[in-house]
Amino acid sequence: MKSRIKKILVGIICLAGVSAFMTLPVQAQNEERVLSSAQQWVTGIEVPGLGYRSWVTGIQPPSTVEVAEEATGIDALVDKIMSPVNAVIYNAVFFSIPFLGADLKLVVAWLVVGAVFCTIYFGLVNFRGFAQALRLVRGDYSNPNDQGEVSHFQALATALSGTVGVGNIGAVPILIVLGGPGAVFWMIMAGLLGMSSKFCECTLGVKYRNENPDGSVSGGPMYSLKKGLAQLGKPTLGKVLAIFFSITVIFGCLGAGNMFQANQAYVQFVNITGGENSFLSDKGWLFGIVFAILVAVVILGGIKSIARVTEKVVPFMAVLYLIGALVVLVVNADRIPFAVASIFNHAFSPQGVTGGFIGVLILGFQRAAFSNEAGIGSAAIAHSAVRTNEPVTEGLVSLLEPFIDTVVICTITALVVLTTVYGDPSVAHLSGVGLTSEAMMRTVSWFPTPLAIAVVLFAFSTMISWAYYGLKGWTYCFGESKAAEISFKLIFCIFVVIGCSIPLASVLDFSDAMIFAMAIPNILGIYFLAPIVKKEMKSYFARVKSGEIVNYRRLEKAKN
Amino acid sequence: MSEVMIVGVDGSEPSMRAAEYAANVASAHNAKLLIVYVIEWSPYTFNTPEENEQRHNRREREIEAADSSVLQPLVEKLSGCGASLEGLVFHGHPAKMLNRIALDNGASQIFIGRTGGSGISQLLFGSVASNLVQTAAVPVTVIP
Repeated sequence: MKSRIKKILVGIICLAGVSAFMTLPVQAQNEERVLSSAQQWVTGIEVPGLGYRSWVTGIQPPSTVEVAEEATGIDALVDKIMSPVNAVIYNAVFFSIPFLGADLKLVVAWLVVGAVFCTIYFGLVNFRGFAQALRLVRGDYSNPNDQGEVSHFQALATALSGTVGVGNIGAVPILIVLGGPGAVFWMIMAGLLGMSSKFCECTLGVKYRNENPDGSVSGGPMYSLKKGLAQLGKPTLGKVLAIFFSITVIFGCLGAGNMFQANQAYVQFVNITGGENSFLSDKGWLFGIVFAILVAVVILGGIKSIARVTEKVVPFMAVLYLIGALVVLVVNADRIPFAVASIFNHAFSPQGVTGGFIGVLILGFQRAAFSNEAGIGSAAIAHSAVRTNEPVTEGLVSLLEPFIDTVVICTITALVVLTTVYGDPSVAHLSGVGLTSEAMMRTVSWFPTPLAIAVVLFAFSTMISWAYYGLKGWTYCFGESKAAEISFKLIFCIFVVIGCSIPLASVLDFSDAMIFAMAIPNILGIYFLAPIVKKEMKSYFARVKSGEIVNYRRLEKAKN
Repeated sequence: MSEVMIVGVDGSEPSMRAAEYAANVASAHNAKLLIVYVIEWSPYTFNTPEENEQRHNRREREIEAADSSVLQPLVEKLSGCGASLEGLVFHGHPAKMLNRIALDNGASQIFIGRTGGSGISQLLFGSVASNLVQTAAVPVTVIP
């Protein structure tokens, strides 16, 4: 017990050290700088790369960043210290090789190869399991007399709120700007492939989760790596990979799942309240504190009502966004054939894209991987909370996520851009959410406001989900205890304020690298444990076919 | 097999009256009375990951609370009436669930109390009683 507390304390001190270091510049920074960096976050597209964040931030990877010369004070000092460390990690994770004239990030290749492997190994489960997944979500296989546990629908909705976010609205326009319409085709392809890797990782997450003495459950890749590989006689490798995953999920959570989201929410909020003239335009810290309090209220418990409100409002906003987008598409219906044709034509013969055909393919694949997180392992943590005797059912349900996220929502955003502003030189200065906003404004003038609200809410719900993912990594490292939980949640809230106050390129690049580093142990685990999943899958489908697994809806129909 | 009757309760005053009434009818018919508490629950809500994680615990606690604070005292109170009593707790849509339990047990009728509320909320959402009256497959007695 004592050693556990010690471990937690050491963890807190390390994180507090980093965070204290990062908060200091708030005072040192003059207000203009905060504003200009906030603007840079949303507008910048000077970077001809498609990093997870650089699409909105305009901040270049550390290898090319030239912060040290111009920045002053502690801000610069942090960057100076972080940059070399970060450059090593960033360049290791996002190591690129020239591939047939294009620039291929190895971690993207790692994700795509994993997805292709799963698609083939599980016999096109992404297509063959699709109908069964819909039936599961509809509740056909849930015993109506045994309700009250988390349903498949609820698990899917929770996991989706973690993946559907700012990227679905803001990153797709960038993809089109950089890769042309053809990139959308490859994004959809990658989305379809990602369904298979999602299936595998979520099945594993449920199969190897821990049931805690208090009745709650903890699962995710760290547990499947530890227990699964131990089963295969590789306990040491499993433990190492599990710890590696937990560390990356903690840092990824605090950065891309927290600071980045908070900052995006802040920037959008400033935009709808009057841009530069907004009362909040130079008060990121104030917005951060308010946002942190809201987050604290939700994750530290007590008042569950806000969580409930957002969790109800977010799907509503998602539907609203889709309706808005469909309105735009209906109004511009005459241009849809052109848009669809250009997606297919440019997929194989792009014009003016670096690397040609291969370059477009890589851009599309990268976008999909960043958007739906298939292969990253995050959603497996959310799905593990479901109590089911059949891990395969959760896997099947989860394969709908990349479909909804990438194949439906991202594609609709792409069509909105292609049918309205695509090819218009007057919008060349816009990018990201701004471009989607402009595209919608051309059809209905007041659309940008609900769009901005949607972005803020998406950011909020993504943060809530990631807070949970990070927490699970934290409790894996430090043990399940109230002290561990509360300490992590407090740290999480502090980082919300930091995220709104100072976008520090190097720190955020570090956390991006961490998110993608999660894919390394996770997909390794998939390769090792795929045969176990396959066995479960075969047995499940056989039992569905034989009727051993009861379809209650059909039973009901037969009765009446 | 003796006749089965069902009464839906939720711990409220009218539902207690309904249970009493049902117990009397059941003993007159020499029937078995199932006292059913349905905890309102929908599988199509949106939850935070933490709520999902705690769901199993909460479900157990809800069942425990319904059983110990409503059903057990009620069964004790009505034990003198002569009918055989059984308390059951379910999660789900109350009206649908009562109807389903009635069908599954071959019940001859359902008793239900009425909250007697009026106004907007009743207009919009209806009550379990009115819902049940319109959808049930067996006769429904509404106790005022």
